[in-house]
Amino acid sequence: MHIVVCIKQVPDSAQIRVHPVTNTIMRQGVPTIINPYDLFSLEAALAIRDEHGGTVTVLSMGPPMAADSLRRALSIGADRAVLLTDRFFAGSDTLATSYALATAITKIASDQPVDMVFCGKQTIDGDTAQVGPGIARRLGFHQLTYVESVETIDRARRTVIVRRRAEGGVQVLRSELPCMVTMLEGSAVVRRGSMADALRAARADVTTWSAKDAGIEDISQCGLRGSPTVVRKVFAPQPRKEKAVLIEASAHDPVHMAEATIDTLFAALPGLNAELHAAAAR
Amino acid sequence: MSNEAPRSAAKKQLPEHFKAYTGVWVYIELERGQVHSVSWELLGEGRKLADQLKVPLAAVVLGPPDGSARAAVADSFCYGADRAYLMESALLADYRNEPYTRAMTDLVNTHKPEVLLLGATTLGRDLAGSVATTLKTGLTADCTELAIDAERSLAATRPTFGGSLLCTIMTLNVRPQMATIRPRVMAMPQRVDAPVGEVVEVPFDMAEDTIITKVIDFIADSSRDKVQLAYADIVVAGGLGLGNADNLRHVRELARVLGGEWGCSRPLVQKGWAPADRQIGQTGKTIRPKLYIAAGISGAIQHRVGVEGADLILAINTDKAAPILDFAHYALIADAAVALPALTTAFARRLGPAVRLAG
Ligand SMILES: Cc1cc2nc3c(=O)[nH]c(=O)nc-3n(C[C@H](O)[C@H](O)[C@H](O)COP(=O)(O)OP(=O)(O)OC[C@H]3O[C@@H](n4cnc5c(N)ncnc54)[C@H](O)[C@@H]3O)c2cc1C
Ligand SMILES: Nc1ncnc2c1ncn2[C@@H]1O[C@H](COP(=O)(O)O)[C@@H](O)[C@H]1O
Repeated sequence: MHIVVCIKQVPDSAQIRVHPVTNTIMRQGVPTIINPYDLFSLEAALAIRDEHGGTVTVLSMGPPMAADSLRRALSIGADRAVLLTDRFFAGSDTLATSYALATAITKIASDQPVDMVFCGKQTIDGDTAQVGPGIARRLGFHQLTYVESVETIDRARRTVIVRRRAEGGVQVLRSELPCMVTMLEGSAVVRRGSMADALRAARADVTTWSAKDAGIEDISQCGLRGSPTVVRKVFAPQPRKEKAVLIEASAHDPVHMAEATIDTLFAALPGLNAELHAAAAR
Repeated sequence: MSNEAPRSAAKKQLPEHFKAYTGVWVYIELERGQVHSVSWELLGEGRKLADQLKVPLAAVVLGPPDGSARAAVADSFCYGADRAYLMESALLADYRNEPYTRAMTDLVNTHKPEVLLLGATTLGRDLAGSVATTLKTGLTADCTELAIDAERSLAATRPTFGGSLLCTIMTLNVRPQMATIRPRVMAMPQRVDAPVGEVVEVPFDMAEDTIITKVIDFIADSSRDKVQLAYADIVVAGGLGLGNADNLRHVRELARVLGGEWGCSRPLVQKGWAPADRQIGQTGKTIRPKLYIAAGISGAIQHRVGVEGADLILAINTDKAAPILDFAHYALIADAAVALPALTTAFARRLGPAVRLAG
């Protein structure tokens, strides 16, 4: 089995700040992490490799420093890492990103055919959940999103059975390799990685490809030029005209505080009192 | 969407062959005989866009020939559609990416809409991603606001990374302009009975043996443990200001006395204090209750966009300067761990013997 896992390096959302005057995101000094959702996919891929044998290649598109995330994936247990980095990729939206990644996967497959591609359910910065389906479409792979678990893989028949989260239930799907899978969060406990993997990762080379190295011929499909969407404006939400009305009550007298609050709510929402009584009587 | 600086300089230069694209489409999500209510919400929103553009509003219904798709078409007219595109085929009985992507892209290529809206559900997101890639067009996910600009383009606004910003994204030079919108973000339109619109029936020519993926089972969620958070009239939620996981019980108890549902902010899910299906906000549930009580929640944009549809918001917070006071209607400046149990007791007393406290 040869499995490619797409991981994105993202700023740690817990530590990001917005510049109060310019309304831009202040990225300087913000630590980066592997997109948390991608780790569940990495774990699923490693589990399949452990059971069936084979190779897990991690792939990322980003600035040179994204190599850190790839090295981290190697320390968790991935076998090979490829970084796509080129100024042509700057400003890519999801369509352009899926083009670059799918082309790189085709190139990776020319050495060793790819049976499965794993993507995260979504990223915490782009947060679109589109890149995975985009890659599947471009590669002509079967698309299996929101997967809770990969149940069985029959390598001889090249079939795969997964449980997929749908609205109102779980679909059990049988599909074929090659396929693109996105895993649901919480689908597995992500392993820590062994000491041996950590040592290997420290020494390992991350293969770095430019657009040309990755076999990308049509630069106009990359970066800003290849992105049909444009960000028109970034802005802070409008505050409501009036700020919240403070409920006057002594913080030292919880009973009074509660009574004052309930009086306020009942006055503000006519009918609430009656509805609550009706519901309570049921 | 790119995370780079806005390119407001980008000019609209719509290629000639896209100029024929007209009309607003809403994909009606029919699964296992039922239409997801987000589809009606989107028809309500689509109506406004279509009226502004002075073009028809169309519903797109894909489904099996068992009557359910036709029923969905009839309902679409009651929720404001002028026209419906209907594809009926046994191959469309269960949602599968392959046939649905094929059906939708064929419809778009033949009938050429300028705007295509889908619900941001597991189905809608799965379908939208592959349809947009096939059509090589732009798709803006999880929008919270839609508008038409002076040049008749769709301006799709969504929260962006960073905690307090929104961004407006446009697809200037490709059609259709696609967007997904989460359930409960848009208001449910009034249902008007009996109008009849135009039905365009389109044959679906795919053979089952060319579709590789098969649905071999469907395990329905038992309705009992499905959280009804998105549809509750009263929601009480807690955030990091609760201080510890144990204090979440005050949130649950107040919700129970009020006959409502309970929820939380995202950090509580990340800390393992609450399950993911209780999270409210951009990456959790969007709610539209009559009353929302937010205790110990600061009101970051990703939380705010999930609760703005509430009729009345009460914030309980120790900090008068918390951003939630910018959009809450009332605020109680108090310790949530004290105020919540006090409210529970006081409500229980007023509501009388029918409400028991512990249980
Ligand atoms: C891509 C992305 C998606 C996100 N999606 C979501 C989402 O869907 N939902 C979501 O909620 N967040 C989401 N977030 C996180 C969001 O940005 C905030 O970090 C989060 O909402 C903050 O949670 P909080 O209000 O509970 O905690 P804090 O921001 O830490 O606020 C705690 C509040 O409690 C108050 N407080 C402290 N002590 C007390 C006390 N004793 N009694 C009463 N009040 C007290 C404080 O004054 C403060 O206002 C997302 C972030 C990103 C980057
Ligand atoms: N720049 C990137 N490099 C590698 N993988 C990516 C990149 N962007 C997105 N992905 C993959 O696509 C998934 C969905 O991303 P998104 O559409 O941005 O929510 C992510 O979880 C990753 O697996």
